[in-house]
Amino acid sequence: MIPHTSTAIVAAGEDVVSPAVSREHYLNVRYGVRSWLLTTDHKRIAWLYLVSISLFFFLGGGFAVLIRLELMTPAGDLVLAETYNKLFTMHGLIMIFFFLVPSIPAVLGNFLIPLMIGARDLAFPRLNLASWYIYTAGGLFTLWAIVAGGVDTGWTFYTPYSSTYANSHVILTALGVFITGFSSILTGLNFIVTIHTMRAPGLTWFRLPLFIWAHYATSLIMILGTPVLAMAILLVGLERLFKIGIFDPALGGDPLLFQHLFWFYSHPAVYIMVLPAMGVISELITCFSRKRIFGYSFIAFSSVAIAVLGFLVWGHHMFVSSQSVYAGMIFSFLSMLVAIPSAVKVFNWTATLYRGSVSYHTPMLYALGFIGLFTIGGLTGLFLASLGLDVHVHDTYFVVAHFHYIMVGGAIMAYLGGLHFWWPKMTGRMYPEGWARLAALILFVGFNLTFFPQFVLGYLGMPRRYHAYPEEFQILNVMSTAGASILGVGYLIPMIYLVWSLRYGAIATANPWQATGLEWTTPSPPPTNNFSRTPLVTREAYAYPLQEADGVV
Amino acid sequence: MRYNLPLFPPQASTVAPQVDALYYFLVAVSAFFIVLIFSLVIYFATKYRRSAPRRAAAVPHDNPRLELLWTLVPLGLTMVMFSWGASLYFDLRQPPADALEIYVLGKQWMWILQHPSGKREINELHVPRGRPVKLTMTSEDVIHSFFIPAFRIKMDVVPGRYTTAWFEATQPGEYHLFCTEYCGTKHSEMIGRVVVMEPVHYQHWLDGSRASTTGSRSSLEVRGAALFEELRCATCHKATLPGVMLGPSLVGLFGRPVQLQNGETVIADEAYIRESILNPAAKLVAGYQPLMPTYRGQVSEEGLVQLISYIRSLGEANEMRAER
Amino acid sequence: MVSSEASSALSHQFDDLEQQSEATTLGMWAFLVTEILFFGGLFLCYIVYRASYPEAFASGSHHLDVALGTVNTAVLIGSSLTMALAVHAAQLGRQQELVLFLLGTILLGTVFLGIKGVEYGHKLAEHLVPGPSFVFTGPHAQQAQLFFSLYFAMTGLHAAHMVIGIGVLTVLTVMAWRGHFSAVYYTPIEISGLYWHFVDIVWIFLFPLLYLIGRH
Repeated sequence: MIPHTSTAIVAAGEDVVSPAVSREHYLNVRYGVRSWLLTTDHKRIAWLYLVSISLFFFLGGGFAVLIRLELMTPAGDLVLAETYNKLFTMHGLIMIFFFLVPSIPAVLGNFLIPLMIGARDLAFPRLNLASWYIYTAGGLFTLWAIVAGGVDTGWTFYTPYSSTYANSHVILTALGVFITGFSSILTGLNFIVTIHTMRAPGLTWFRLPLFIWAHYATSLIMILGTPVLAMAILLVGLERLFKIGIFDPALGGDPLLFQHLFWFYSHPAVYIMVLPAMGVISELITCFSRKRIFGYSFIAFSSVAIAVLGFLVWGHHMFVSSQSVYAGMIFSFLSMLVAIPSAVKVFNWTATLYRGSVSYHTPMLYALGFIGLFTIGGLTGLFLASLGLDVHVHDTYFVVAHFHYIMVGGAIMAYLGGLHFWWPKMTGRMYPEGWARLAALILFVGFNLTFFPQFVLGYLGMPRRYHAYPEEFQILNVMSTAGASILGVGYLIPMIYLVWSLRYGAIATANPWQATGLEWTTPSPPPTNNFSRTPLVTREAYAYPLQEADGVV
Repeated sequence: MRYNLPLFPPQASTVAPQVDALYYFLVAVSAFFIVLIFSLVIYFATKYRRSAPRRAAAVPHDNPRLELLWTLVPLGLTMVMFSWGASLYFDLRQPPADALEIYVLGKQWMWILQHPSGKREINELHVPRGRPVKLTMTSEDVIHSFFIPAFRIKMDVVPGRYTTAWFEATQPGEYHLFCTEYCGTKHSEMIGRVVVMEPVHYQHWLDGSRASTTGSRSSLEVRGAALFEELRCATCHKATLPGVMLGPSLVGLFGRPVQLQNGETVIADEAYIRESILNPAAKLVAGYQPLMPTYRGQVSEEGLVQLISYIRSLGEANEMRAER
Repeated sequence: MVSSEASSALSHQFDDLEQQSEATTLGMWAFLVTEILFFGGLFLCYIVYRASYPEAFASGSHHLDVALGTVNTAVLIGSSLTMALAVHAAQLGRQQELVLFLLGTILLGTVFLGIKGVEYGHKLAEHLVPGPSFVFTGPHAQQAQLFFSLYFAMTGLHAAHMVIGIGVLTVLTVMAWRGHFSAVYYTPIEISGLYWHFVDIVWIFLFPLLYLIGRH
């Protein structure tokens, strides 16, 4: 996969002096499968994750294709009901636990955090490798469950269906998710310790890139929330095996207790998926406006505020569950509050463009797309947080549209934007700009066509997880499926040209984007130890030349 | 394929226009901000593009006042959304006192709807227009959810407890009923229809049922009385003679406060009676011994509904009841 | 020699032993926080059901052996003492003492597990293990089964943590005996001490919650 050819560094005037012979860096320092599978280099581990999550993405995407095909017609005529139920369950599980949650942190975070803070590696490199193995083990258990016949509880595993009634491979899948959770916990732990203890001299908290703040906040959620999910899943497994009655009303148990335990993690989990994305966007907007970010400290504090408030709103998934009216009101109020820091970020990013110097490279297209789509997704969250309205739209396609706007229109766009932005750093190659821009545009169009009709479908009353539906919902479903086919094409194109670029892409310099940030002061690709000398930081983040008028050099 | 493109479900209940009004407000606010952000982004990205000529100018990167403004304005708007939504929700969760009572049983994969008169429907619910209807619901197996889009109401149907919802239909017609909490294989087929009829037609439909009416009692209560007899409840709860009894009197019990052994006071509603039959020791009444055995496994959910109806009727024997 | 061992103990990503020690200790604290949340979910279930079924839980609790539980509590607190003394010995570079106290901790931990095993054996014989063979005389049989499910889940999870702890301490004892630690470098001992104390504290919550309901 990684070519054995050497990468020569060219172009005068770059930070790094290039010798005539090929330079040693983290990709060519050692070859062979063992050097990859036993690596403790955070940059190689990032690649291990990149490959794994990409495989899972296409598997989860395949399930989505089948779902959308089935939904083209009102009758349930493509697959059996049972099969359809397994398709949406596995689509959700794979996309959330095996793609979205790891994506930006495990690929970009792993690669960049030590580089951005001037460190040689993360605090615990072997633990980092262990995290990947744990993730893979969890993934294999889940794949085993899929191959053995699948699971049909919905990714939310509601009891007592999952604990008593389901006839599918619940325990096997639960085991897979349980194991993978520990990967998340250990990654978060590694990031927190690294950011606290290994910053380069002069790199105070408020000089950190916002990418780091975002990952710090994310890591807090990872270590605090994931254990509760682990317990919830463990109890479902124990209930299935030993009929202990913890969620079974016939045995004195309470099915709603599961919902509380589950959502206590799964709501903050969505912030695990979106905070890193916001961190990426901050980096992209500032670089491609060549301007210091607007409201740095507000954005930094917003990240932490979102992480904290995110733990207080889980009950907004339970407004019609028979939770008390007063609990509902408290959760609704807090859910409104958690929207505010996100709004502040959107305004700050927009203000960063003002009087900037904006270019339209692919990462910027993804960033601008993110701002638009995240705004739509975030605003529709307010619809769901409004109690009286949520009664109508809860468990309908409105919710499906809302979270796909944030997860796909938001998080995946940010992931792709970040991947393109740091691709030269990671590989020493540039991707082809023309094809990349085309793919970004196709994705934007395909995405909106797929998911906007679902808002309408939801308000009309089409429930979630239905494989057959009343005829009057068909035309919107057909629109959605058409959009999905465009979206699929949009995802395939980068897959192809990114792999192509590994061998044939233009050679990249150390800092092709002329961006600020310690990661750009080291060669592309970096040497194994990242820096030949520990950097000394004297400036604020994002000290672009345009700041000369401010007196900042 | 049908070519009409509906955007909203029909407004067929008193609450539907209120929910839609909140929806329009949110759509308007969202549209405003979406247009604002999209326009600003496109405008700035175009006006300040790298290839455009530029004058040197002060470049702002911080403005606490602006930050405060765009924190407080969204906060204000969201508080409006919150209060509006909360007040609507409060109404949605408070059934009016004189509502027509319907019992709903959800099970994989059908809805059983029980009218007090004894009429029983499967996957269909006939209701009169202009009369509040209160649904008391439970599930026999997994969690389901009772959803009527045209009425804008929804409530999960949970095993082991009663949940309630209410509506007042305003338009005759037929409307979708969906199960909207994933419940297994035939979740998408657990659907039905709600038929709203003019009160006169509803009465005709009701009378055409096979419910027998003995005196002022309806069939649900009659069946409940029979079950009460069969299960020998009178042994301890002798319904007609107050005085020294092994169990508390049930006459006039329904809807009244009950003093428990542990000092708490609870209201004797459907949930209380259901729990007391299935788990008698949970709420022991003050002054009585824990002698009552559990009837779990001996009474079905439908049987419980019948018993509750019967017990309820014990307090209303002297009252004129509205037509059921 | 102390300094070469110390320098060989320095991992390449750290600048000096002080940074390494700071990072490793912070890492263990962060891990213990995750453990609090993990046990916390189980404790939440316990609290919810105890509040719902107080008599059943009291009744189930009375079937537990308070005497053995009390002995175990003393044993575990004793093992925390020996662990703290081990860390102290390591700080002072006293290798023999370190090894002795680690062995003492392992011994006490094993005694704890042994007594726990005896208790589990009794429960098995009394048909109080949840599942098809569960038999409970008295009212609230169903909710009592919930109590026992939580009892086994909570003490079982705790015991699993003890087993892992003993395993880690065994490895450390061997390393200590071979002279891997000194007054300059003893971080693994310190962080294992943190872990051991945490496991002890969990038991200090478990014991009254499970064994002492309604006992005056």
